[in-house]
Amino acid sequence: MQGSTTEFKRQAEAALHDATLQRAMAKAKGGFVDKRRLAVARLPEFAQIRAEAKAIKEHTLAHLDYYLEQFERKVLESGGRVHWARTADEACAAVLAIIGAASKQVLKGKSMVSEEIGLNAAMERAGHTVVETDLGEYIIQLAHEPPSHIIAPAVHKTRDQITDLFQAEHEKYGLTERVTETEDIVNEARQVLRTKFLSADVGITGANFLIAETGSTVIVTNEGNGDLTQILPRTHIVTASIEKVIPSLDDMTVLLRLLARSATGQEMSSYNTLSTGPRRADDLDGPEEFHVVIVDNGRSDMLGNEFHDMLRCIRCGACLNHCPVYGAIGGHAYGWVYPGPMGSVLTPLMIGLENARDLPNACTLNGRCGEVCPMSIPLPDMLRTLRFKEHERKLSKARARGALKAWGLLARRPRLYQVVTALMTAVLGSIGGRAGRFRSLPLASGWTQARDLPAPQGATFQRMWRRRR
Amino acid sequence: MSAARDEIFTRIRRSLRRDAPLAAPPAHRSQAPESNVRPRLEKDPLECFIDKVHAAAGTVDRISAISDVVQATSDYLHRHGLEPRLVVASHPLISELAWPAEWKIHAGPARGEDHIGVGAAFAGVAETGTLVMLSGADNPTTLNFLPDDHIVVVSALQIVAHLEDAWRLMRDSVTAMPRTVNLITGPSRTADVEQTIQLGAHGPRRLHVIVIED
Repeated sequence: MQGSTTEFKRQAEAALHDATLQRAMAKAKGGFVDKRRLAVARLPEFAQIRAEAKAIKEHTLAHLDYYLEQFERKVLESGGRVHWARTADEACAAVLAIIGAASKQVLKGKSMVSEEIGLNAAMERAGHTVVETDLGEYIIQLAHEPPSHIIAPAVHKTRDQITDLFQAEHEKYGLTERVTETEDIVNEARQVLRTKFLSADVGITGANFLIAETGSTVIVTNEGNGDLTQILPRTHIVTASIEKVIPSLDDMTVLLRLLARSATGQEMSSYNTLSTGPRRADDLDGPEEFHVVIVDNGRSDMLGNEFHDMLRCIRCGACLNHCPVYGAIGGHAYGWVYPGPMGSVLTPLMIGLENARDLPNACTLNGRCGEVCPMSIPLPDMLRTLRFKEHERKLSKARARGALKAWGLLARRPRLYQVVTALMTAVLGSIGGRAGRFRSLPLASGWTQARDLPAPQGATFQRMWRRRR
Repeated sequence: MSAARDEIFTRIRRSLRRDAPLAAPPAHRSQAPESNVRPRLEKDPLECFIDKVHAAAGTVDRISAISDVVQATSDYLHRHGLEPRLVVASHPLISELAWPAEWKIHAGPARGEDHIGVGAAFAGVAETGTLVMLSGADNPTTLNFLPDDHIVVVSALQIVAHLEDAWRLMRDSVTAMPRTVNLITGPSRTADVEQTIQLGAHGPRRLHVIVIED
């Protein structure tokens, strides 16, 4: 997908001043956090299961080639086909080849990988009609926007905005009445999409897991759209990335215990669906063709390097929900597919640090993302590592590097450090004077723009320490 | 096979510092699924299952014989003011039922105009109130998603404590993986409009479970 990650600062600034967005984010705030907290509190075994889940993923990643081959073999045995794609372009090409040349009606269940590879645009360019069927994805498709959250794609939209969109877009179906209540909005979408479900040629879903033991792809949903998407059309295509594979049904069970609780605070999502091959000879429904497109897109390089842990991510969205920066600016400001803490790690790895250098800095290092991550991914550490790399590769501002260098020189010379800090304390203390704070300081205007800098009071800590001893 | 496949596997093995495929399956805990940490149940599995179905916004009837399914269904239709037009699975738990002659019953996959579906679950999971539905000639998957009202019959003997137990049952009694396994917990729902939960998004608006305690 084309992004706007280099515009992060401008977009974040605009988001902070966008009253409608702020209203939508205020409504979402807390809901996810409280529900997750209660769900975790009701499961005394949570910490043990979390450790178990990490071990499962680590085992799988350490033998990733083995489990991918086992998965592939099982899909073939059940009559399905597997397609491999190194890059986003290869993945789109594989899907287009499956769909064929004639223009088709394509339905989509929610898939973040399909966003990552820019699949909708590729299919539309090839002349196919694409309809997103997850309500949130449908809303943002009507609005021509990308998702702003990995599990709640339309979290940035208010109900009023959805009402307006539906009125403008559903008139062509003869639905002219303005729907304002949540129930009516949901019913209208159900009515419009139902006719599309019954007439589509191809259904595309993502996968939360690929199970090597059985060759099954698994989706975790609440609406049931992903199921209608895959059982009604003739062809079911699954887009998934290489790290989704896990060994067995029992391993999936462990991960399911964490996924819904961490995402929505449910013990179990309404529908967890395992799809294995096309319909059997005596089945009365289901797709006649089953294809799995497995995408690498840079992940095989992350294996074993300092960002390896990120491959454990199960896309629950808990890190977004607990991030104060995400909560303040929403997902679009980040400028690419994956927002929030997990996105600030993944995006630079996928599109290049030089194209996303603000993202690792859009973080207060408060650590909440790492604390709530069900897969124990050290997100703050990885963001720090990315900052370090920016510094090394001279992607950070020259002035910031200069300041850090000066500080480094000072910090490695304790004597000099004490003299300089004592001097600074005295000078700033006396200039700060009675106000006790600075409203602005040269070289620190970025910091003082939003808050005052307290003026140092009394002597330095080291001097006071020496006096007391 | 394809160049893409070869290169992906080469890259993975390079990152894992290995140059050849593994000959034997690596030792893993999943060969001993009994080692999974399982959430402790507060009550016996059947009671727990029923509580959890309710918690997921489903409803439950307990009956003592298969033949009572008809009465339970009739009561359900009456409660919700529904016409007796059903699409039913040809599963053994359902196909022998003597439906009233005036009801419109058809067996097979659900169509767009079907409003009430009656299917049978392979198992019920107490831990989360989840129904395990296996696709097949006697249980089409469309029954689970197209109708507004989804009625599911399950034998109390098939209620297990944890999902791992359902997988064990499945491995013991089903020869091949069915095309679709649906784990269903409550009716369809969405929170995509301002995070407010609304039932009946695309799938069933209501889920009713009939437990046969024989």
